[in-house]
Amino acid sequence: MSSSTDAALRRQGPGGLGVPDRLSPQRGGLLQRRRSRLLGLLLLLVLVVGAATLSIAVGSRSIGLGAVWQALTAPGVPTEETVIIRELRVPRTALGLMVGLSLGIAGALAQGHTRNPLGDPGLLGVTAGASLGVVLAIHLLGVGTPGGYVWFAFAGALLGTVLVFSLGSAGRGGATPVTLALAGAALSALFYALVRAVLVSDTDSLDAFRFWVVGALAGRGADVAWQVVPFIAAGLVLALVNAPALDLLGLGEDVARGLGQRVWLARLVGLAAVTLLCGAATAACGPIAFVGLVVPHVVRAFTGPAHRWLIPCSGLLGAALLLVADVIGRVVVRPGELQVGIVLALIGAPFFIALIRRRRLATT
Amino acid sequence: MTATAERVRQPGETVVRIGPVSGRVRWRQVAVPLGAAVAVVLLSAVSLGRGDYPIGLADVLRSLVGLGEETQEFIVLGLRAPRIAVGALVGVALGVAGALFQTFARNPLASPDVLGITQGASAGAVAAIVLGGTASGLGVPLAALLGALVTGLLLLLLAWRAGIDGYRLVLVGIALWAVAAALVDWLLTRAEIHDAASAYVWITGSLNARSWREAVPLLVALAVLLPVALACSRVLGVVQFGDDTARGLGVRLVSTQALVVLVAVGLTAAAVAAAGPIAYVALVVPQVAVRLTGGPRPPLLASGLLGAVLVVGADLLTRTVLPQALPVGVLTAAVGAPYLLWLLVRGRRRSTL
Repeated sequence: MSSSTDAALRRQGPGGLGVPDRLSPQRGGLLQRRRSRLLGLLLLLVLVVGAATLSIAVGSRSIGLGAVWQALTAPGVPTEETVIIRELRVPRTALGLMVGLSLGIAGALAQGHTRNPLGDPGLLGVTAGASLGVVLAIHLLGVGTPGGYVWFAFAGALLGTVLVFSLGSAGRGGATPVTLALAGAALSALFYALVRAVLVSDTDSLDAFRFWVVGALAGRGADVAWQVVPFIAAGLVLALVNAPALDLLGLGEDVARGLGQRVWLARLVGLAAVTLLCGAATAACGPIAFVGLVVPHVVRAFTGPAHRWLIPCSGLLGAALLLVADVIGRVVVRPGELQVGIVLALIGAPFFIALIRRRRLATT
Repeated sequence: MTATAERVRQPGETVVRIGPVSGRVRWRQVAVPLGAAVAVVLLSAVSLGRGDYPIGLADVLRSLVGLGEETQEFIVLGLRAPRIAVGALVGVALGVAGALFQTFARNPLASPDVLGITQGASAGAVAAIVLGGTASGLGVPLAALLGALVTGLLLLLLAWRAGIDGYRLVLVGIALWAVAAALVDWLLTRAEIHDAASAYVWITGSLNARSWREAVPLLVALAVLLPVALACSRVLGVVQFGDDTARGLGVRLVSTQALVVLVAVGLTAAAVAAAGPIAYVALVVPQVAVRLTGGPRPPLLASGLLGAVLVVGADLLTRTVLPQALPVGVLTAAVGAPYLLWLLVRGRRRSTL
């Protein structure tokens, strides 16, 4: 009781007593926040472009920068190098960009809607649903290529989030952050139980599934990228529409309702965006857990909690992170590759822990 | 005086006075652990007689006191009893560990599964299986124990900065989880498919072929750690109100925090070494317990006993109802998760730990 009064007093400060000087530092703080956001956005754009360039230029086969440029601008006679650049590395980079963007944004949305620092899209049943879809496709239908998994993974992801949302909002209080998070965790548990029931008894399915579940960009051609483009585009639009509503919801559901926000609609739009974005990304590449979880925490450090900044910046950082991790995975164990999901966890986690220790992260 | 007590009293609780001592007893908080304890005993009794080779109740009792037929005695005392004992003890350990973490971090998702401790154990065990040949002997449980303890200590060290903040603990934990999960996935892709399959059974959590060799160390660990955990229970209730309030009420915050995390890590490590990371017991059971007892936070004893009910019951189901023997970890999630969902849908509490 007394501590909250203290905090309120501290927030108000002596400025509350009508000293005009006290107003200026606060305004300075706002300007500074604005500047740091713009600077951050610019930096992120540069990062994404740099990462995309790296991703096109670097690979297990070393190709000179001049040859890369020539292959991109004036292909002429298709040589082996131009084919590698135009048909392997460019689609792979494009897919990485889209997937990273989707995962970053889906993470920001999921954390906003569950108001839980652990809220990553996997929590809302997307990853578990997609895994179940893929396992059933392998086990029952004998599907065996990344391109073939896409639709099953997407259908599973859709089923997962729809169930989580309807069960999480079925209780008397409606879809609160806690019920959503718990419904997601419980349903994921159920789905993974089914996955395990299949895989424990069917070794052939395990053999195919273990290569899908690590999460990789390798082996996905342009066809996979084109399949997921419409869903990601729709998800992006919904996410941007959802941002102002999410800021209102952050004030508490009652306040948001009082300000004229239809809470269930906002939750529905947000969850639809998460499903489309994360479902499409998971369908294309397999589950990549770390991006959606970490990126919003990093971005929040310079954007603050406002979602109209947080969402685009999370997308950009997600794309840059995924591309860089993919490039590193191509280089470290030449001539083989380390899958991007593994690189992300091994590099991202220590960085994330350092960040947590260095500063007190803003709570969602 | 009596009038005040009447007014404060909630429905479903009784004020008990014995001489100068008085206290409130909430009957649901007494009834749920009692009911769970009875259920564990009953399930274990049924479980002793059921399986591929059913044995009648009279024969089970005769075998238990050492008067039975030799084969029956071997099946009851040598195969089924240790298996049930390991299952019940693992359930208790995981339930209590989950309740400790969830209360401490004030987060319903904070369980050893999410904080990376069981994944660390999986990484250790899978490494032992994949890099060291087939899954047999003492190597795998020891590797799992080491994996869990190393991850747990890393969690404590990395989250430590003049005390542990629940929020920081959760974030560090999820980072450790990601590393361990990536290691497991990577090792599985590197392995021969035969090794990968046996590793996969292990990381699902199984009670197959568990003997007294697993049960006894687990019992020792529980005998040491469980009293400490129960002793922490009261302090945990105070810590709920926030760090400053707890300090103001005279709690030695730093040592309490370290103790709680260490006890929870120890319980998890012991359980995982014995039976593998039996999925979601630590996540689901405390949440079920808090909804059944209606208290402010997951109750430790009820969580432990309900954990035992879940694991022993799931094991009984795998051996009797299902056409094919699945690892118990599949069933704990398949039984526990829908029950939590049902409680969520029906529940009237808007938000809780």
